[in-house]
Amino acid sequence: MKKNILLVLSLVFTLSLLAGCTTKGTSNSLESDTIKVGVNYELSGSVATYGQNLAAGVELAVEEINKNGGVLGKQIELIKVDNKSEDTESANVATRLVTRNNVVLLLGAATSGNTKAASPVAMQNKVPMISASATADDVTIDSNGKVREYIFKTCFSDSFQGVMMAEFALKDLGFKNAAILGDSTSDYAKGLSTAFKETFTSQGGTVLAEEAYQAKDTDFRAVLTSLKSKNPDVLFIPGYYEEVGLIVRQARELGLNVPILGGDGYESPKFTEIAGEGVLNNVYYSSHYSSMDDSAEVVKFNESFKTKYSKEADAFNALGYDLGYFAKDAIERAGEADTEKIKDAIASTKDFKGVTGSVTIDENHNPVKSVTIIEMKDGVPTFLKKLDPK
Amino acid sequence: MEQLLQQLINGISLGSIYALIALGYTMVYGIIGLINFAHGDIYMVGAYVGFALTTFLGLGFLPALIISMLVCSILGILIEKIAYKPIRNSTRIAALITAISVSLFLQYTMMYFVKPDTRTFPTVLKSKILTFFDGKVILDVKNIYIVAVTIILMIGLQYIVHRTKIGKAIRAVSLDKDAAELMGIDVNKTISYTFAMGSALAGAAGVLVGVYYNTINPLMGAGPGLKAFVAAVLGGIGVIPGAAFGGFFLGMIETVVTAYGGSIFKDALSFGILILVLLVRPNGLLGKTVKEKV
Repeated sequence: MKKNILLVLSLVFTLSLLAGCTTKGTSNSLESDTIKVGVNYELSGSVATYGQNLAAGVELAVEEINKNGGVLGKQIELIKVDNKSEDTESANVATRLVTRNNVVLLLGAATSGNTKAASPVAMQNKVPMISASATADDVTIDSNGKVREYIFKTCFSDSFQGVMMAEFALKDLGFKNAAILGDSTSDYAKGLSTAFKETFTSQGGTVLAEEAYQAKDTDFRAVLTSLKSKNPDVLFIPGYYEEVGLIVRQARELGLNVPILGGDGYESPKFTEIAGEGVLNNVYYSSHYSSMDDSAEVVKFNESFKTKYSKEADAFNALGYDLGYFAKDAIERAGEADTEKIKDAIASTKDFKGVTGSVTIDENHNPVKSVTIIEMKDGVPTFLKKLDPK
Repeated sequence: MEQLLQQLINGISLGSIYALIALGYTMVYGIIGLINFAHGDIYMVGAYVGFALTTFLGLGFLPALIISMLVCSILGILIEKIAYKPIRNSTRIAALITAISVSLFLQYTMMYFVKPDTRTFPTVLKSKILTFFDGKVILDVKNIYIVAVTIILMIGLQYIVHRTKIGKAIRAVSLDKDAAELMGIDVNKTISYTFAMGSALAGAAGVLVGVYYNTINPLMGAGPGLKAFVAAVLGGIGVIPGAAFGGFFLGMIETVVTAYGGSIFKDALSFGILILVLLVRPNGLLGKTVKEKV
């Protein structure tokens, strides 16, 4: 019975909206009875678990939102397309979602590279785009330091992660000599490396060596042997779980047992699997979320996630879930499914409460948010502490 | 000194895998003059067969290695019969394009069946670590296995090529296909044998890589396939000892470059060497200059 009333209400609402705007350029999406939101994620390819997990989070959030009456009286319709973890494919997917599916909002992509590849499409078509995990600094700011008007993110930036990890290494762990081994093919890793190096050296530490590997490499023994001969106290390895899992394993096999530090690219159940049993110890990384956090929102999210997917939620699930509600919040405050109004609403977000923390969008379209430090104990990610931004 | 020894171990292990794949490349080129770009993907299939056998059937290292070699040799024969035989007399570019197509076909068919995710190999070889010089040089028993298996297979291959009737036929066909046919050699059968042997070596390399590096994925063949191609050209494409030499040489070069702080230039350098060798000694380091037939 309740459903019927809702249906009638939403019909009336839609009709009244239709009557109100027939001449607007962006009215295309208003004519439909759903609000179309494009989801551009890495569902296959080298960082597939990020995209799959983010998408799972978004879907859970949207399912809940739709069950509770949707937004502005309409249901949110997710159009999910795989970008195969490739830059060009990500741009293609965004174009297709914007021009063919007429979405009013783009969600994704998971990595900074893929997000940047899609951003010209969003900018040209004036459709707002939010990434929940593209941590590169230049995702929202272009090379001239100008803010990209339609691009937003709800996760902290690389430089911020690098800075926090450098401070963590110096102050919490008390190490002075570090070596960096970064993925030379990824903007993400480069951003973290630069920020880590700057902070670490400016605060009294020394970077003994800076080496690189390439995504999809499998043999790191040579570079690890050369790093070992330099006797660092700590290794900073910004990169993604697939290679870092192998690196940690090979480092330990070569007797390089110093602590290993990294960023949220380590966040994946595959990380433990690739490194192997009993290998992941003395590994720390910065992340967005820990399921061991016991605040009310996190507990509630964890329960509903478990009910739907019958497994523990990880950071990407949580980021995706927050992204779903963040989008709903913005559309609601925009008052109608209009790309310009949604964009303005996102830009003016203040104290949005999500499970990964509270988000306030700053003038650079980045959130102000805290960092969670995770420690790997026998392959199990454990909550160590929260570091707040200054 | 210790670092040098450790790097030597790293280089030889990496090189033996390149060498195993390069051998198959070189054999196929030697007999029909085709750069078989699908070779790296046969190696990938080998890794997956090894993965399935050890994970789902719980087989040990050796049975998995042998079965995987068998499966890959059958796959090699099939690929030759279906894709390469019909275009044997076409232009070189047609053959090359077909080879690339077969490569992509194998990658994406495999991806459809096994999903694109990276899989982890079960530990079939217990990692036992031997240390020398107060723990400064570390040798994993797995390294010994890999190098030993590679050397045994190479000796086996040398034996087949130089001491058996099949080997004689292969050498004859690679020298002159038409003359060999006139002498009563079944050329089709000989080519099939060559593909079978080359693919079996790739399959072995796949299992070894799975065991050594622990992870496999449907696109893993592309990188090492290309490196093995470089190794084969370095040693002199078509020359069997040359491929083995080229593989070890490339593995050592990459290791030495990385050891002296050039990890960023590693790949650029290995392809740079390829260009240099092609300019200075187009027939490879161990290749002989073949006079034009008149």
